[in-house]
Amino acid sequence: MAGTFRLRLALAALVGMTGVAWAQSTEPALPPKSVAWSFQGPFGRYDVASLQRGFQVYKEVCSACHSLNLVSFHALAEPGGPGFTDAQMKAIAASYKIPADPNDKGDLFDASGTRLTRPGTPADHFPAPFANEQAARAANNGALPPDQSVLVKAREGGSNYLYSICSGYGQKPAAGFKVMSGKYYNPYFTGWNISMPPPITDNSVTYADGTKATVDQECHDITTFLSWAAEPTMDERKHLGFEVILFLLLFSGLCFLSYRRIWRNMH
Amino acid sequence: MSHPSSYVPKSGLARWLDTRLPLLRFANDTVTTFPTPRNLNFWYTFGGILTFCLGVQIVSGIVLAMHYVPNSDLAFDSVESIMRDVNYGWLLRYIHMNGASMFFLAVYIHMFRGLYYGSYKAPREILWILGVVIFVVMIATAFLGYVLPWGQMSFWAATVITNLFSSFDQIVPHLGTAITTWLWGGFGVSDATLNRFYSLHYLLPFVIAGLVGLHIWALHVPGNNNPLGIDVKGPQDTVPFHPYYTIKDLFYLSLFVIVFAVFVFEYPNLLGHPDNYVQANPLVTPPDIVPEWYFLPFYAMLRSIPQKLIGVLVLFGSMLTLVFIPWLDTSKVRSARFRPIFKWLFWILVLDGIALGYCGSQSVEANLPGTEFPLVWVARLGTIYYYVFFWLLMPLVGLFERPLRLPDSIAKSVLGSGAPQSAPQPAE
Repeated sequence: MAGTFRLRLALAALVGMTGVAWAQSTEPALPPKSVAWSFQGPFGRYDVASLQRGFQVYKEVCSACHSLNLVSFHALAEPGGPGFTDAQMKAIAASYKIPADPNDKGDLFDASGTRLTRPGTPADHFPAPFANEQAARAANNGALPPDQSVLVKAREGGSNYLYSICSGYGQKPAAGFKVMSGKYYNPYFTGWNISMPPPITDNSVTYADGTKATVDQECHDITTFLSWAAEPTMDERKHLGFEVILFLLLFSGLCFLSYRRIWRNMH
Repeated sequence: MSHPSSYVPKSGLARWLDTRLPLLRFANDTVTTFPTPRNLNFWYTFGGILTFCLGVQIVSGIVLAMHYVPNSDLAFDSVESIMRDVNYGWLLRYIHMNGASMFFLAVYIHMFRGLYYGSYKAPREILWILGVVIFVVMIATAFLGYVLPWGQMSFWAATVITNLFSSFDQIVPHLGTAITTWLWGGFGVSDATLNRFYSLHYLLPFVIAGLVGLHIWALHVPGNNNPLGIDVKGPQDTVPFHPYYTIKDLFYLSLFVIVFAVFVFEYPNLLGHPDNYVQANPLVTPPDIVPEWYFLPFYAMLRSIPQKLIGVLVLFGSMLTLVFIPWLDTSKVRSARFRPIFKWLFWILVLDGIALGYCGSQSVEANLPGTEFPLVWVARLGTIYYYVFFWLLMPLVGLFERPLRLPDSIAKSVLGSGAPQSAPQPAE
């Protein structure tokens, strides 16, 4: 596989130049912080208040650069989610501008050259902040902010990892470590040089429920929200799983008794 | 085992059917009254479990195929749409995804069981070889299926595995390249590749189902082997398959499904790789390309050889070796229970498989934890043991080993000498 390996090296070099930071350096990331999540374990469920606050953080902070392409507005009102009412969800959807279909004259742009839009509906997905990858890179110093829909499942360490990245800024770099120009120091990120500026500060948002918006709190909330975005059916899954496993245990018990009875004279 | 039919049609309709298409007779003779050794243990329940796994994969797969879109631009999103928008789509997908792991878990246990009890020896050689063919087709099917979600690992696994064939360039110039181009349907893993992989992934499970039919047919001619490895000598050694083994298989199947359910409902992504939740990108190579856990031992063998062609031949050879086992084992005794030396070599082989799996899961440059010893050398030793076990130890040990004394019969071994068959007895 020497050929494949050479190909990988060449690709890594190529990719490194275009700003995907994990290919740039081999400094191993710190292990993610260990956080207690409400949704851990077989009986863990999403904390609805935290989901709503996390949605606020996504809407007011993350969505400036990060898309959430796979998540539809109607999911916001579904069971096991942030618990918005249908009316609230529709209002949220309508507050987003979605690129419209051609109008009656067949135009996609108005007289001034602006793309025609329409208010979002429950069936729409969250619109992306940039029209395409090139636009996203151009606006972000060459780096591509990843889509956040399944980000929690797409990273080793999952929720803990995302939380650690979010709250891992502001530490003093190890002696001799050079933070590259246009990059930021974050030891939870492989290579320690991350393209994303510190996304969250104290009071980045003002929570409607009066919760104090510390960096910790905001990172906790946004991670909870993104964990839900990645796995919106988790509540349903764990609920059904509990019933299925309970049934199977009882069924196995009955099978065992039948098995013993049928075989009782056989050995 | 082949036995005279004991079926007596009970109704006029059954009699009518029996002279035209004797389905009920067939079911009666193969399932209900089929004489089965009375001493089969837990390890013999995995045949039924595997049939269940195949059924689950086919049924869940057919429904997933109703929603999946085999297009390189849409495949990733269509899988996510199944997870989010299809009713119980998440359940189907997690069942199918973890079902593959469960299938391989069961098949490895089933194969090691056959190896331990000598189930490949005369007159069951064809039964064993059919099993090996099923295993190889399973590997192909699982690999093709892993490509379909079109995540990063899907794409790069497809690239690495199809590139194995390019090593044939070293045998005949351009042969390997021609094969890979033909497999890809282009000059790289692309939309055409995804489409044909999807088509084949849908086809092969039915091929497996056909092979399983042959496998069971080949089983029903000599009948089951058993933990003692001695032949059935008469009706006192057997019980009818139903209800004795239907209930036993059902009980252990139910326990197996509990394990399955724990994965599906509690840890659905534990056995997967996070990179497969990143959409395939031909321009970004993952830092480490890792196959699913069930391929890791073979992957470790491949990576342990620095020369690509030899590595590929060692990989394919490790599977081909299994075909020859019936003739490599020279011992007259089937069951390892009565083979003091072979028994130990067998357990070393099991550990060898686990060690190779561990090596395959780590990066190429890794050392044995806590030492300076490169893991790639562990993989090399493991590969050597694998080959030495089958091609050297198996033939030699059979010649020199002194087996323990075999019991006279299954019935005697189970019931104690002279015990009447029907009297209640304490558990063995």
